Amino acid sequence: MEAKKIYEILSGRFGSAIQQFQENTLPPSIVVGHQAIVEVCDFLKKAEELEFLSLICLSAVDMQEKGKMAVVYHLGSMRQRHTIVLKVELDRGSPHVRTVGTVWPVAAWYEREAYDLLGVVFDGHPDLRRILMPEDWEGYPLRKDYVYPKRYHTWDV
Amino acid sequence: MGALEDRLPDNILFTTVDKFLNWSQKSSLWYMLFATACCGIELMQTGASRYDLDRFGAVFRATPRQSDLMIVAGTITHMMADRVKRLYDQMPSPKYVIAMGSCANTGGPFYKDSYAVLKGVDRIIPVDVYVPGCPPRPEALIEGIMKLQEKIMEKKNLVRK
Ligand code: SF4
Repeated sequence: MEAKKIYEILSGRFGSAIQQFQENTLPPSIVVGHQAIVEVCDFLKKAEELEFLSLICLSAVDMQEKGKMAVVYHLGSMRQRHTIVLKVELDRGSPHVRTVGTVWPVAAWYEREAYDLLGVVFDGHPDLRRILMPEDWEGYPLRKDYVYPKRYHTWDV
Repeated sequence: MGALEDRLPDNILFTTVDKFLNWSQKSSLWYMLFATACCGIELMQTGASRYDLDRFGAVFRATPRQSDLMIVAGTITHMMADRVKRLYDQMPSPKYVIAMGSCANTGGPFYKDSYAVLKGVDRIIPVDVYVPGCPPRPEALIEGIMKLQEKIMEKKNLVRK
């Protein structure tokens, strides 16, 4: 199914929670209000003709100049052979969004990574710990204003 | 040959205590069964039948308590670095370290801008021999072990302190 069509279906159902359709990004993406993300994902997974059974990738982007933090969801459907990208934009000061682990269990791992590297907090996540960095590491290394520490434990980093 | 040796049977040899101790140590370099990244594949190959590290008396042990040599084969992240240090501390002296591959030497391909990788294992433990390469071939690692053996032979065990 075309991305435009998917956008229309979602707008018809969720109204103003679907904020924007970005046609020129590759692949085309839909900006969703962060309160509605779990419902939208659940709908995309379960609706006939959509059947987005797999979450291909979940990542976060630091949009420092806009004061936002974005979370990007790449969804795919093997049966319907289509893909779509969802984005939510969060406040950079305290980026909170609900976990989609209830829709796709695999999201738990991606969300830990996004938390570890960019500090996005996924509310409702069962085990939100760091995954790549040591647990007592300070700061989120992929944030644009991150300052790399000089020392960690007993050695120079 | 000295006059004394000529009068003794063939199976009696003369040497110094230092040499004898060093020789026995260099001929039984047991290394720890431990690898952290792609260099580990070359390490396995070095230990396997084609290159056969056992020829040099180097066999792997699955515990630091029985190891003389730690071959750091692969990338060390900050998360892993604490563990590597602890493993090193658990090895009994005398103990040696070979840093195998660019990652263990300097951080290698991750030297610039990596947030997670330790830029050289010599920041946490003392290294005796550095083997360059990404990854080093088994011949290179064997050369590293032979260099370490040379280093061991130079050691003076019996000096008054
Ligand atoms: S030096 Fe190269 S081959 Fe060895 S662990 Fe690093 S990246 Fe892998």
